[in-house]
Amino acid sequence: MKRFPGVVASDGVNLGVRQGEIHCLLGENGAGKTTLMRILYGFYQPDSGEILLSGKPVKISSPSVALAHRIGMIHQHFRLASTLSVEENVILGVDEGMGPFLRLGKTRKRIAAITEEYGLSVDPKAKVWQLSVGQQQRVEIIKALYREADILIMDEPTSVLTPQEVDQLFTTLRILVDDGLTIIFITHKLDEVMQVSDRVTVLRQGKLVATLPTSQTDKPSLARLMVGREVVFRLEKNPPQQGEKLLEVDRLHTLSDRGLPALRDVSFEVYGGEILSVAGVSGNGQTELAEVLTGLRKATSGRILLGGKDITNRSAREITDDGVAHVPAERIKMGTVSNMSVRENLILKDYRHPPFCRGIFLNYKKAEANAQRAMAEYQIAAPSDSSAAKLLSGGNIQRMVLARELSGKPRLIVAVHPTYGLDVGATEQVRQVLLRQRERGAAILLISEDLEEVMELSDRILVMFSGRVMGILDAEEAETGEIGLMMAGGRREGVRR
Amino acid sequence: MKKPSLFRVERRPVVPGHVVVLVSILAIFAALVAAGIFFEAYGISAIRAYQLIAKGALGSKLGLAETVRRAIPLLLCGVGLTIAFRALFWNIGAEGQLLLGAVAAAGVALFSGLPDVLLLPAMFIAGFLAGALWGLIPAVLKARLGINDVITTLMMNYIAIYLVEWLIHGPWRGPSMRGFAYTDKFPSAAILPTISWTRIHWPTLLLGLVVAVLAYVLIARTRAGFEIRVVGENPEAARFAGISAFKTTLLVMIISGGLAGLAGVGEVAGIHRMLLGPTRISMGYGYTAIIVAWLARRNPLAVIVTSLLFGIIMSGGDVIRVSLGLPFQVINLFNGLILFFLIGSELLMHYRISFSFRRQ
Repeated sequence: MKRFPGVVASDGVNLGVRQGEIHCLLGENGAGKTTLMRILYGFYQPDSGEILLSGKPVKISSPSVALAHRIGMIHQHFRLASTLSVEENVILGVDEGMGPFLRLGKTRKRIAAITEEYGLSVDPKAKVWQLSVGQQQRVEIIKALYREADILIMDEPTSVLTPQEVDQLFTTLRILVDDGLTIIFITHKLDEVMQVSDRVTVLRQGKLVATLPTSQTDKPSLARLMVGREVVFRLEKNPPQQGEKLLEVDRLHTLSDRGLPALRDVSFEVYGGEILSVAGVSGNGQTELAEVLTGLRKATSGRILLGGKDITNRSAREITDDGVAHVPAERIKMGTVSNMSVRENLILKDYRHPPFCRGIFLNYKKAEANAQRAMAEYQIAAPSDSSAAKLLSGGNIQRMVLARELSGKPRLIVAVHPTYGLDVGATEQVRQVLLRQRERGAAILLISEDLEEVMELSDRILVMFSGRVMGILDAEEAETGEIGLMMAGGRREGVRR
Repeated sequence: MKKPSLFRVERRPVVPGHVVVLVSILAIFAALVAAGIFFEAYGISAIRAYQLIAKGALGSKLGLAETVRRAIPLLLCGVGLTIAFRALFWNIGAEGQLLLGAVAAAGVALFSGLPDVLLLPAMFIAGFLAGALWGLIPAVLKARLGINDVITTLMMNYIAIYLVEWLIHGPWRGPSMRGFAYTDKFPSAAILPTISWTRIHWPTLLLGLVVAVLAYVLIARTRAGFEIRVVGENPEAARFAGISAFKTTLLVMIISGGLAGLAGVGEVAGIHRMLLGPTRISMGYGYTAIIVAWLARRNPLAVIVTSLLFGIIMSGGDVIRVSLGLPFQVINLFNGLILFFLIGSELLMHYRISFSFRRQ
């Protein structure tokens, strides 16, 4: 059992994993999957309970003890030194060199043996920063195998991969398991569970709900176990009522924070009453696109027209005043001020307009009334409107951001990963809100890495790769496989409109 | 099997007000204990030393008056610093801004030739502007070029110190001062009234109290205050909301530098009645005010209390010097230790210990 301040993160969980299986740990965000795995890997100590390895109780007091017990972990966010080469990363911390010298010769042979045996092709001399995300993940796996891990814990390993890379990963995992390894695979995606696992354990609110052989279950019953109630898989979505052209982006270019081209020649249009999704593997220019559109980043060339009016390189404030809402990817780091109250967070953009201000003063009465209304309308659960935003859960923070951004009936909504990290209930609600805005006639640009969400919500899908538009598809005709190819850089011709 | 633990350290999501006060008092107490060790090392009983300080700073009318007059510059500088710190601008330069205020006041008093009624108001205005200007330089450097504010504000203090030195040794040296490094005495119209036999220049005190209230209103009730808090709490959110960090930084440093400048005016027009050596004008008020503002937890109203507390320590320092033959710098030891324990206590404040007798 593991308690955090105020919450029991992992409560009386009895997890049994058999040697040589892929065991999925399924649960919503906050269900306690990662906590449980961090206990196994020695990051946290359980407040009670014990861990048995091959029947013997063990005390895993730190990650190095976990390694000694041949438990390896592959984190959601990789732990690689990006300026070092693959082989240097692999031996990091376990080098058996002579004194101050590395012993790379022997290492190379072992790495070669591992890569060959498991089909994990990657150039050992390449620097990690040169590798694609999928290749970096392979390096993490090689690292774990080099440390002779028998049990591999993988935390949401597919969240950063294209569909093709996911398939490749699953093939590798099968080979590893056939070779006697045991894999614990943490996920909240039902499809993956069905596709890859031998058995599955479902967690909900820190408690173990069930452990089942995958062959004896199906998606709907897993979803029911995970959420604790029936889940609607398809949203009610009316046919598009395409309105006038609200956003026109014309040959847009911009640079990333590091001064490298982030958008190259990006052109597209969004109409009122439609949702245009931008799909792509993270880091292919989506964040920069949202920032340029909302005035947070300068375009180096190209034009952005909002309802015919040129808003290129205008300030964030002017663009907001022109009716553009922004639901930022970093909803806590950028979208809220954690130490300020819900009431104040709700007027973060409108504080300088009546009724929230009177001359140089703020009108806190109006802010309070506004907060009460927003909390009721968007079901924001907070102790009170004067409590600090940091006390809210992720879902409530997102509801608060949405309430604020949508309050002015915006013409264009730029929503970036709006459901990332939210539980099923909050996700459903956020999607409903976006669909309602679409009905209202707003133009919605939805940037998401969740293909399922993209397919479900959008009218058209724009695929980005390396800062370029690979193509724009009609959502009705689009297939996951094709989008996946485009996400990996395959251009599709003749579908622009 | 794990043994049931008796207590556990947990993070507090929100730090309640009474905890802040309690922890702050404990930090001061810990600093007094630590400083006591130094007294003992000097062969002086710590308890006797503290008795002397308390009696000297609070026990007589004269001591009390000295405490209040020391608190005046701390109040003005401290209020200004709470504003700067709210926007996360680390103004370590109140000392220099205070000196510039003193220089401007002296310039107006000695050389402007303004009619008597306008002289004091003009000195305060000039002092505010000079302090604000001195604060604006690091503000622009940080907001435009990203140059570290701690370093620039600190270095600007030394420039201010040598500027004063140069003025009183050079162009502004008073012909009537027989070669000493002072300016001439201010004309009587440029001298602030004091409360009868004390050195409390009450107009500056009044100004300080009014400013503390205004600063509180600014922070808590106005649009500008909202912007200052957003910029300080989360610069990314400020950028997202279209709040200009540049304008906000300039604003807080105009206020912060300007108020320190006013403190400088009060010192030369109320106490010294001339411009003299920089260490005699200020005695480190600008630095002590950092601790004053921090102990007030960046609340301008609380500065009224904390500046008085440090007034006690400073006038107690005088007593220690006279009665025990210790250097005045002993108060720097106090200040340093209090700041040390205060910053240390920041971390503690966010945790609580909960006792539990649950099993398993």
